[in-house]
Amino acid sequence: MEAAEEKLLLFTMENRPLATCAGDQALFSSVYSILMQQLPREPMEWRRSYGRPPKMIHLEANFVQFKEELIPKEGNRALLTFPFLHIFWTDCCDTEVYKSTAKDEITKWQNILKAYSSSDWLIVVVESDAKKKNKTNILPRTSIVDKIRNDFCNKQSDRCVVLSDPLKDSARTQESWNAFFAKLRTLLLMSFTKNLGKFEDDMRTMREKRTEAGWSFSEYFMVQEELAFVFEMLQQYEDALVQYDELDALFTQYVVNYGAGDGANWLTSFCQPVRSWNGLVLRKPIDMEKRELIQKSQATLLDLRSYLFSRQCTLLVLLQRPWEVAQRALQLLHNCVQELKLLEVSVPIGALDCWVFLSCLEVLQRIEGCCDRAQLENNCCHTVGLWSYATEKLKSLGYLCGLVTEKGPDSEDLNRTVDVLAGLGAERPETANSPQSPYKTLNEALSSVEAFEKHYLDLSDAAIDMFKTIGRFRSAQLLGKDLADFYMQKGEPEKAEGYLQEALSTYLSEGWPLLIAHTRKQLAECQNRLQQTENYLQTSSLLAADSCLPDRERTHFCQEILRLARQSAGDQVEQLLLPMQGFAQLRSLRFEPAGAVVHVGGDLTLELTIYSLMPIPVPLDYFSIHLHLASNKDNVKRSSEVAGKGRNATGIIVFPSEPTGPCCPRTSQPGIELYELHDRSPSDNSLNSSGIICKNVHLLLRRQGSSTSIERSAGLVLEDSAHTLRTSVVLLQPGLNTVLFKTQAKDTGTYTLRQLSASLGCVQFTLSHIYPIVQYEVYSQEPQLKVEPVTDNLLAGISQRVKFTIHTGHYTVRSGDALQLSITDTLPILHSASTTALVSTNSGDKLSEAPLTIQSSGKITSISLPLAPAYHLIEFDLHVICHIPSTLPTPPDSEKPSADVRGARRGHEKAKPEVPCMTSIDQKISIDCPWSIYSTLISLTFEIPFSASHSLLSAGRRKYLQVCVHNLSEVGFQLFDPQLMDIGNSSHLNFVSLNSVQQQHIYSRQVTFFLWELTWSEETGPSLHCQFSVAFTPVMGQEHGSTRPYTYQLKLDNFQSLYDIKAEILPPLGLDMCKMGTLCNLEVSIMRLSDLTEVDRDEALSESDGYCTTRLMYEVVDDSSNWAVCGKSSGMISMPVVARATHKVHMEVMPLFAGFLPFPDIKLFKYLPFQACPAGQMDVAADSWMENDTLSLERPADEQTESSSLRSRGSTHSSGSGEHKALPLPRLSPFCTGQVYNTSTFRQILVVPCQDDHMLEVSVT
Amino acid sequence: MLASCDSLTHDADDHVRRRKMAVCVAVIAKENYPLYIKTVPTENELKFHYTVHTSLDVVEEKISAVGKALVDQRELYLGLLYPTEDYKVYGYVTNTKVKFVIVVDSSNIALRDNEIRSMFRKLHNSYTDVMCNPFYNPGEVIQSKVFDNMVSGMMVQVC
Repeated sequence: MEAAEEKLLLFTMENRPLATCAGDQALFSSVYSILMQQLPREPMEWRRSYGRPPKMIHLEANFVQFKEELIPKEGNRALLTFPFLHIFWTDCCDTEVYKSTAKDEITKWQNILKAYSSSDWLIVVVESDAKKKNKTNILPRTSIVDKIRNDFCNKQSDRCVVLSDPLKDSARTQESWNAFFAKLRTLLLMSFTKNLGKFEDDMRTMREKRTEAGWSFSEYFMVQEELAFVFEMLQQYEDALVQYDELDALFTQYVVNYGAGDGANWLTSFCQPVRSWNGLVLRKPIDMEKRELIQKSQATLLDLRSYLFSRQCTLLVLLQRPWEVAQRALQLLHNCVQELKLLEVSVPIGALDCWVFLSCLEVLQRIEGCCDRAQLENNCCHTVGLWSYATEKLKSLGYLCGLVTEKGPDSEDLNRTVDVLAGLGAERPETANSPQSPYKTLNEALSSVEAFEKHYLDLSDAAIDMFKTIGRFRSAQLLGKDLADFYMQKGEPEKAEGYLQEALSTYLSEGWPLLIAHTRKQLAECQNRLQQTENYLQTSSLLAADSCLPDRERTHFCQEILRLARQSAGDQVEQLLLPMQGFAQLRSLRFEPAGAVVHVGGDLTLELTIYSLMPIPVPLDYFSIHLHLASNKDNVKRSSEVAGKGRNATGIIVFPSEPTGPCCPRTSQPGIELYELHDRSPSDNSLNSSGIICKNVHLLLRRQGSSTSIERSAGLVLEDSAHTLRTSVVLLQPGLNTVLFKTQAKDTGTYTLRQLSASLGCVQFTLSHIYPIVQYEVYSQEPQLKVEPVTDNLLAGISQRVKFTIHTGHYTVRSGDALQLSITDTLPILHSASTTALVSTNSGDKLSEAPLTIQSSGKITSISLPLAPAYHLIEFDLHVICHIPSTLPTPPDSEKPSADVRGARRGHEKAKPEVPCMTSIDQKISIDCPWSIYSTLISLTFEIPFSASHSLLSAGRRKYLQVCVHNLSEVGFQLFDPQLMDIGNSSHLNFVSLNSVQQQHIYSRQVTFFLWELTWSEETGPSLHCQFSVAFTPVMGQEHGSTRPYTYQLKLDNFQSLYDIKAEILPPLGLDMCKMGTLCNLEVSIMRLSDLTEVDRDEALSESDGYCTTRLMYEVVDDSSNWAVCGKSSGMISMPVVARATHKVHMEVMPLFAGFLPFPDIKLFKYLPFQACPAGQMDVAADSWMENDTLSLERPADEQTESSSLRSRGSTHSSGSGEHKALPLPRLSPFCTGQVYNTSTFRQILVVPCQDDHMLEVSVT
Repeated sequence: MLASCDSLTHDADDHVRRRKMAVCVAVIAKENYPLYIKTVPTENELKFHYTVHTSLDVVEEKISAVGKALVDQRELYLGLLYPTEDYKVYGYVTNTKVKFVIVVDSSNIALRDNEIRSMFRKLHNSYTDVMCNPFYNPGEVIQSKVFDNMVSGMMVQVC
């Protein structure tokens, strides 16, 4: 087999299986075109051996003239040139001719085939009507076909086919063609199956021998590739690819085994040093040069790999899987690099880089060549790896050849460049004419610094763009960092900065401490070269604080800061503001005083705990705190609020500390700060809506990408504020430091700590916000005087303690300052030698105690104050006594309002309603203070501890007066010397005291009674006005009793008895006792006790002939239903107004129960005629009386007040109720207490039960 | 195996008979910050940090691709993330989106996929143990000695 011939075959892309044609060549030529055309038209199912799935296959074939040389000899494994089918063509239709020539030809042909043991043959007999007509001696029964079959196809009758009139267009012709093609295809496939199967078997046998010595991979490679070629020829690309993949895997396995120490001899041939590195060749379907090298066992590892990949690539492109090419290419390139290492192949410096670079570009261009633009863009995820790999390799080549320097390559670099380019050899002819090829690109890139930059940037940009397109930002940033390196090397730091910043922001947001530190270091270098002092300082501070860096580097950066700060300070450069985060951390803050509230002029100390992140001590010029002052009006209120707000008693505020170690991105995300919101309507303060507000939403919702990294000091502004606190020079040690700020408070208001800054030369490290909010309060206070009782309430009449509290505020009490008290006589101040004043600080620390000097002159009492500095407290107690006023004009339950005396219900709300309340007295004190020209008016309320009431008691005509004193206070008293005096003008009245003891104890909330008998020497007036007085002292304690007694004025009207009522119940006649259910006689005798008096002169009185009579009405009422009054229970009598005039009335009553029954009530009223009044008023009065009748009768008690109230009630009703009845009625008027004396009140009479009553009713109550 | 795999990396310790399994093991939190990174040799630490960080690109790509598939059929092992000339980077993601990344020396061709998978399984088990420790706050850097020892064992295996 000549190589030339094979080459010829291979280069014609139209490789087809070979079929030979023998016999009548002219005949064959006539049908050749139809044959070529029709054969592939219909697919044929190809059943495969070894369980491979059957495939539909379109058969094609090349038909060549039969030559003996075409048939391969035994042992030749060439498959491509293997004739799969031998066809003999004949159109012999004459027996004679057949016998003479055709048979011999066929025999000869057959013999050759037999000699080569080829059994794939076919005899085609072409029948033609034209020929038949010419020949007359046709034997119709025995056709030529039959003869041939007989002669040659002894068992395989199907090896001979008839083609009838192949060139005619008839149904018969078509039929015969179809049959022919079916046969042809079947036979071809049979041949394929048989021959390929045999080939594969041979190949496998060969492969099994690979462990034997002398086995050659190259040889085997050629054999298996032959199979691949055939599959490719049959358009079975998948199968062809499998062959190459198997070869690939086999080789790889050998390399791996070599690595494991199991080296094969043949492998050494691949370990030749790399001399040529011109990259992959993918433009040709078959790289014959490389194939030849493999065949000759001269191929290097790169040659073999290149060739294998170029074949795989060709097949993958044919299979329309270009992306797999890209994927496999990357694997291949990585793998080759590893294999060269593993096989310890010596590789010149830069050679592999060149090879990889060229290969990447070649693969990319190959893919570009078979895809359109849109496809490429959509699939850049597959190619981007190659792009970045090429970039990486070009970069390393650039560094190698000295192209990435500011100066450009030196001679050594140029020598190296020449060496590297030498290995490329000459450009391949197939790309020589194209404007750009990997070869040209590399040559150009290495030719000059500028060209290199251009190509490198092109590649980098392309790769970065692709990475970004497919969302691989980290990869893009890593490439960007390479670019930054490149620019830094080139001396163009301004271009590098952006890339570094971008990468850094990602590392920061994702929290990779090592990467942050490294990138920052690069950035620092970049900024240093760019003379960006501020940024450089900032980055340096962050680096100096970075615990990921070794101490040496941290110290270096720290010293850089110090150097620059000092240096720039000399140049009078403006202040540089840097964030404090990278320098130090504010850990805690402590206020002294702890409440963080100071008065004007007071001292305030702030103790800051600052954690320095610097590795070495840093001498700072000063620390300063910038304050914001909000002056608020209501200082007092605010200060209490602030003091109570989230501040512990120690005054320490701890700031949330950021972790000093590896920074976590979680902490960079600020916590949500939520606040309550209440929206109230401005008019009525009602709640419109309420909700929660996120205060730092701008921080939380900010876009991640645009987050300003702390590398850029954007937005850091030092607030100019008039209020700053400043320290002196501080040496900030690494770690925790304590910094003290001392200040004296000046202006009042709330000071908010806004910014903290540390000044170092021209550099100010500033903490732009201090959070949580820290405030302190400076307040100014007016002097204040407060007077309040020591006890809950003050009692009048006894000595009480009153506490004076003076807040000096801004006023300093000097010697001679005194309080001037103007007091009324009723409120004397009790002097006491032991009175002392206590001076203490505002916070309650006791300072001193000084005796008070109290001087009284007239109404003015002067109290000299002890010396006290501003913002101090003076406290002292005074004893005062409030005299109970001698006249309490109205009883406490009077509804009449009074200026001085008012009904106080304080403390008695829970008490029973009938318990009277203490009457209170307001006492006003006017105090002149030394600090003010205005007087302070202070009102003290005293309560009178007693209340008194009286009642008139009668016995016939004798009268007694009882006074009840009620102690309303909590204190017990001794009462003594009770006196009753007449203060009216009736001097003929005597009070005979019936009080046995002179001193009486009255406990808290108890009552005590005093009794006098009234005697008179002559008839007195209708009213009596007298005053009760009793002296008292408190039982407990040493309080002084009042010098004045408690007095009570009382007035009695019409207290003398006018009538005496006597009732008698008599049992019925014949009975000793009253009996239940039987009527008894009730005899009521009403007797006039006095002659005509002033009292009787009213409307009921009628006078005739010197005799006066008055009209009375009696009424018998039994409230307890013990009696049934039979007949008239009431009646009107006319009573002569003469002493001892008696009127008797008889009635019948029936006891309803047995036992001692009280007598029924007998009531007596004045009967007033109706005409005495104006008509309308009288009507109403009577009417209303009737209405109120039952009420008044049911309430026999309190008659003294009842009578008056009844009247008043009647009159009030008169105005409201209008006309009610047309019929006028006479009026009834009750008598005053004491005017009617009922002798038989409370008398009882025994009533016996009736005999036949066998029912016993027992009621238990 | 008699010869050392290190022979081709031109290391000085050619004679030490050990086989490198992994050169870098990393545990990365859901938010993509490192919970744990260990590398041998330590002088290349920075490079591995970059490698691991960059590999997150592919991890995210794979996770989002897997996310489209059925949830319960999720395969935790992400396979080879990307090969470089010198290293192969493998990824694994837990159901809580904690990522494990193992970097293997490319020269270690003999390492099979199954071995990588079992390494990840071991890593996952050990990580689960760390999480079960009541004194460990999820999200904190892993400082467990047990975990560290396990990873160390994974990185250098003496033959």
